[in-house]
Amino acid sequence: MSDQSTPVERDEQTLTMVTAINQTLAAEMQRDDRVVVFGQDVALSGGVFRATEGLVEKFGNDRVVDMPLAEAAILGSAVGLAAGGMIPVPEIQFLGFSYQAMHQLAGQVARFRYRSQGRFPMGITIRSPFGGGVRTPELHSDSLEGQLCNIAGLKVVTPATAADAKGLLTEAIRDPDPVIFLEPLRGYRGIKGPVPGGEYRVPFGQARWAVPGDDLTIITWSYQVEVATRVARRFAEQGISVGVLDLRTLVPLDIASIVTAVERTGRVIVLEEAAPTGGYAAEIIATINEHAFYSLEAPPTRVSGFDTPYPVGMLEDTYVPDVRRVEAAVNSLLRAAP
Amino acid sequence: MTLHNEDLVGILCEMTKARIASDRLWSLQRQGRIGTIAPIDGQEATTVGASWALDPNYDWVLPQYREPMALGRYGPEVLNRFAAWAIGHPAGGHIPEPIRVFPPQISLATQILHAVGLAWSQKLRGEPGVTLVFFGDGSTSEGDFYEAGNLAGVLDVPVIFLCQNNQWAISTPTRRQTAAAGFAAKAEAFGIPGVTVDGMDPLAVLEVVTEARYRALAGKGPTLIEAVNYRLSAHTTADDPTRYVPEAELAAARERDPLIVFRRQLEDRGIWDRAMQADAERAGEQAIDQAWNWASNLPLQQPDLFDHVFATPNQRQRQQRSELETYLRGDQ
Repeated sequence: MSDQSTPVERDEQTLTMVTAINQTLAAEMQRDDRVVVFGQDVALSGGVFRATEGLVEKFGNDRVVDMPLAEAAILGSAVGLAAGGMIPVPEIQFLGFSYQAMHQLAGQVARFRYRSQGRFPMGITIRSPFGGGVRTPELHSDSLEGQLCNIAGLKVVTPATAADAKGLLTEAIRDPDPVIFLEPLRGYRGIKGPVPGGEYRVPFGQARWAVPGDDLTIITWSYQVEVATRVARRFAEQGISVGVLDLRTLVPLDIASIVTAVERTGRVIVLEEAAPTGGYAAEIIATINEHAFYSLEAPPTRVSGFDTPYPVGMLEDTYVPDVRRVEAAVNSLLRAAP
Repeated sequence: MTLHNEDLVGILCEMTKARIASDRLWSLQRQGRIGTIAPIDGQEATTVGASWALDPNYDWVLPQYREPMALGRYGPEVLNRFAAWAIGHPAGGHIPEPIRVFPPQISLATQILHAVGLAWSQKLRGEPGVTLVFFGDGSTSEGDFYEAGNLAGVLDVPVIFLCQNNQWAISTPTRRQTAAAGFAAKAEAFGIPGVTVDGMDPLAVLEVVTEARYRALAGKGPTLIEAVNYRLSAHTTADDPTRYVPEAELAAARERDPLIVFRRQLEDRGIWDRAMQADAERAGEQAIDQAWNWASNLPLQQPDLFDHVFATPNQRQRQQRSELETYLRGDQ
């Protein structure tokens, strides 16, 4: 576990998350010519969010490739590329579209090392934007991380800051196993912060205290770290110390930091954007029960989306947890007593 | 490629061995010693003929689940591993370096996309090789087949799509898979050549695969080949084809059994005789004996369950493994 006071290098820059991602892709392509970036609209247009802007000019059409509109083809060909010694960094344009490649993702990408008993490791980094708040059409904003975490053999990475976008993406591309790297839609330009220059890696499985706290901890990831941080600031004004633990990676999971959070605050809310049933917040609460039950002062609780499909624009703000909903949950949990 | 008599003899030996291995695995399943297995009867000519066109040093083969019995061209280890795969030993999926063969694929048509990716890597790395992928007539109804053909056409990669049209996808005949004139016709939509070949004739298959390989090596891109053969046995040990395969049709197909027809051809050429047949059968028995022996003596510990999920197991997997080990010790 690390905290906010990690020293940063002199040449740090303030960047949006999308620029941090873009620069990291360029740096990794520069470092290793086996890295290939491909997906829908990644070359000529530079990606629908400009995450891959400028890469084709720098690295050419062989390494930055516009693909036909077929998600299974993107992930299925990544399997072959990895087996052939390349380092594929495919993009699924929106995470909801990954349903059209789920057989390749869950049945092939995540299993090939296992199926071949180590002969064919799948050093693939799948980048995909996800999460709500930007009024996309249907199936663009779904938070599928709970489903993804249920796929053995896949690492699930969820940066919440621009610096982590760099550090975790660098780590993902160098990881010998498949990683799905989830980029929050609202965070591309809505999250901005200092990003260390030069080589910067953030190891998987090490959560981060976005806000240290003593009275209650909100455990969350990706853009909801931002929401939770705002909530924590409001409570700080009232003299209540709400901590925010940013998990950074869901698989692998930093169990020790979760235990520390429970021991430190006794009260825990897990905050997620996805539907609650069978979701990852449930998994974290089960983990708390296994490892830290006797440190609890109140039942651990969760704030989630709802058990509905991700809705269309006019209902979106109701579905996605916001500051008010999280505040209400914090107030309720602070009052909880046997 | 110039064919010598040794090639023709080698092809028939390999076809004979494949049938014997398949028969043996069938009876091992009936004895309850291995799980479900899909026999190769009727597809030996296509598989062996195609493999003979390839250079095992450079060319990749992606099988479905019957072909590994007939890939002796890539060395005896392929059959060893297939026997282990049939038993259900995890090592069955590990075909060691440097053999350029993928493990069997059960999720049909997914391997066609893997082949496009592999061929793409060969193109990017400037390797002097091609990738050949086997799949069945049923697989051509999967989305992955179309995505793969389309992508290969766009990327112009050195891949050979080899459709084993054995007329049946379990009980579904080809007329229920497609209304198209044939499976090779689908190449038109991908902008690549499509060729139909007699899949009961190993030399015909060898010839078209050789040509496709030269095209690919010359940078002229992919080819779709439909090898028309016939599934002479059941889909798998769990299937009863007498429920749906017309008897007369099967009887006619048996007349074209590649093991009989090709043997007769070699006998007519004076390069095969009864003694060679006996030798080939003995070699086949030895090969599957050896593979079975190797596979059934592989060590296995139950906690090996956790091996090779990731390069390094994570905390949860380590904990689960250790708990399982404790449980298993207590259980003894």
